[in-house]
Amino acid sequence: MRLPIQLIIGALLTSFFVIAVLVSFVWTPHDVTVLTIADKLQPPSAKYWLGTDHFGRDMFSMLMVGARTSIAVAIVAVGIGMGIGVPLGLMAAANKGSLLDEVIMRGNDLIFAFPSLVIAILITAVFGPSAVNAILAIGIFNIPVFARVSRGAALSIWTLDYILAARTFGKGRVRISAEHILPNIANLLIVQGTIQFSLGILAEAGLSYVGLGAQPPTPSWGRMLADAQTMIYTKPMLAILPGMAIVLMVLGLNLMGDGLRDLLDPRIRRER
Amino acid sequence: MIRFAATRLLSLALSLLMASIVVFAVVEVIPGDPASYMLGLNATPEAVEALRNELGLNGSLWARYIGWVSGMLVGDFGQSYTYRVPVSDLIAQRIWVSLPLAMIALLMSTLIAFPVGLIAAARRGKFSDYSIMGLTQLGIAVPNFWFAMLLVLVFAINLHWFGAGGFPGWENGILAGLKALTLPAIALALPQASILARVMRSSLLETLTQDYIRSARAKGLTRAQALRRHALRNAMIPVLTIIGLQFSFLLAGAIIIENVFYLPGLGQLIYKGITQRDLVVVESVVMLLVFAVILVTFLVDLAYAAVDPRLRKR
Repeated sequence: MRLPIQLIIGALLTSFFVIAVLVSFVWTPHDVTVLTIADKLQPPSAKYWLGTDHFGRDMFSMLMVGARTSIAVAIVAVGIGMGIGVPLGLMAAANKGSLLDEVIMRGNDLIFAFPSLVIAILITAVFGPSAVNAILAIGIFNIPVFARVSRGAALSIWTLDYILAARTFGKGRVRISAEHILPNIANLLIVQGTIQFSLGILAEAGLSYVGLGAQPPTPSWGRMLADAQTMIYTKPMLAILPGMAIVLMVLGLNLMGDGLRDLLDPRIRRER
Repeated sequence: MIRFAATRLLSLALSLLMASIVVFAVVEVIPGDPASYMLGLNATPEAVEALRNELGLNGSLWARYIGWVSGMLVGDFGQSYTYRVPVSDLIAQRIWVSLPLAMIALLMSTLIAFPVGLIAAARRGKFSDYSIMGLTQLGIAVPNFWFAMLLVLVFAINLHWFGAGGFPGWENGILAGLKALTLPAIALALPQASILARVMRSSLLETLTQDYIRSARAKGLTRAQALRRHALRNAMIPVLTIIGLQFSFLLAGAIIIENVFYLPGLGQLIYKGITQRDLVVVESVVMLLVFAVILVTFLVDLAYAAVDPRLRKR
C-alpha cells in the first residue's frame, strides 16, 4: 500500500517538533530561565542561532521549550475530550432514542452553542490564568466533538450483522460497545484526535497570547507573540519565529490527519 | 412548516435558558468581591457593605438570577460596576465595532471561498486544485492573531497603507471606519475562507457523483455546465451550515483580533470586564454572544426547512 504524501510530510513535521520537545528535556542550547540582559535583542549568530529576546534569552531554546507547553496542553485537552466524549457517545448510540441519548445529545448542542473561545476566556478568568485552566477550557469543548463523532460512527456499526450475532450470544450493550464498536470506530477517533490536537495548539496559543494561558516564566509560543508585539516595529523577527513554529506544527498535524483519513478510510480513497 | 418552526423555537428558548444558568453559575464563582475591588484597599467595611447593597450583591442567588434574566428580557443589562453606566450603553457603543467587523469578515470569507472552492472542484486533480488545496491547508494552520500581526508589519509599518490600530469612530466618516476595520477583517477572514473553500470543494465533488449529474451529462451538458446548473445549488446545504457556524467563530475571534488592533469592541469590553471583576459586563456580553450564536443557528435551520421540505422531519 502506498502511503499518502500528506501523511509522510505531516508525520515528518510533527515528529520534528516531538523530537525537539524530547531533546529540550535533556538539552537546550541555552538555559531559558537565565536572563542575560547584556545580550538582549541579539541578531542570529553562532552563539544564539535565532537571536535573543528582550531579556537576552535564546530564541531557539525558547521555541524548543515553548513547544512543550503547546503539546502538553493539546495532548491533555484531547485526552479529556476523548476520555469523556467517547464513552458518552457510545452510551448514546447503545441506547439510541432513549432519554439518555436525548440528554447527552442536547447537552452536546448546548456546549456547541457557546462561542468556545469566549467560554475558555471566562473559565481561565474565573479560576485564574494558568496552563492547567487553559487545558480544562480547551478540553471541555473537545467533549461534544468526540461524543458526536463516536455516536454517529457507532450507530452505523450497531446495524451490522456481527453485532446481532454478538447480541444473540447474550452480550450486553456495554460489552458490545467496548469489544466490538470501539475497535471499529478507533480509526475515525484517531483522525478526529489529530484535528482536535491541532485546534488545541491554536487555542492554547490564542489564550496565552491574551495572557490567559501559561504564565511567565514558562515559555509558550502564544506568550512569545504577545511579548513580541510591542517590539514589532524594531524586531519583527521575534514575532515571526514563534508564529512560524505554530503554523508548521499545526500544518503538520492537519496533513497527518488528512493522510491518516485517506489511509484508514478506503471509501474516501476511492472517491478522490 | 409551522410545527417545525414552533419546535425549533421551543428548543431555542430552552437552550437560552440553560445557557443563562450556566453563564450565571460560572460568573458567580469568580473569586474576589467587586465592591471591595472598586473601593480599593483602604475602604472601610461599612462603605463596602453599603456599596454591596447598592449593587444588589446581598440578595439571594435566586433573586439575583431572576433579576438578571428578567432585566435582559426588556433590554436592561444592569449597571456596570466599574464604568458606573448601564451595561446596555456600553454594549451599544461597542457592538458597532464588533458586529461590522464580523460581518465584513464573513462577507470577505464567503467572497473568497466561493470562487476558490468552485475552481478547485471544477479542476479536480489538476495543478490549480492542488495549489488551492495546499494554500487552504496553510490558511487553516495560521493563527489569526499572528496573521494580524504580519498584516500590521507589512501594510501598516512598512507600506503605511493602513493605521496599525485604533478606531476613529463612525462619526468621522464611514470610509475612515471601514479603513480601520480592513486589516482586522482580513485577518479574521483568511482562516475561515480556507475552511469554507475546502467545504465548498468537497460538497461540490460529492454532488457531482449523483445520478442527476450523470443524466445532465448524458443529455449533452459539459462538466462545467452541469456543475453550474445542477451541482452548485445542491452543494449549498453544507456550505450554508458552515457559514452559519463561522459567524460565531468570527464574533468570538474578534475578541483576540480586537486586542491586536486596539479596537474598542465587545472583545475589549469583555476582556476588561474580566480583569476588573466587572461581573455584570462579563455576564451580559457572554450571554449576548451566546444569544447571537443560537439565533443564527435557529435562522439557518429555518432557512433550510423552507428551502428543502425533506429536512422538516426530524
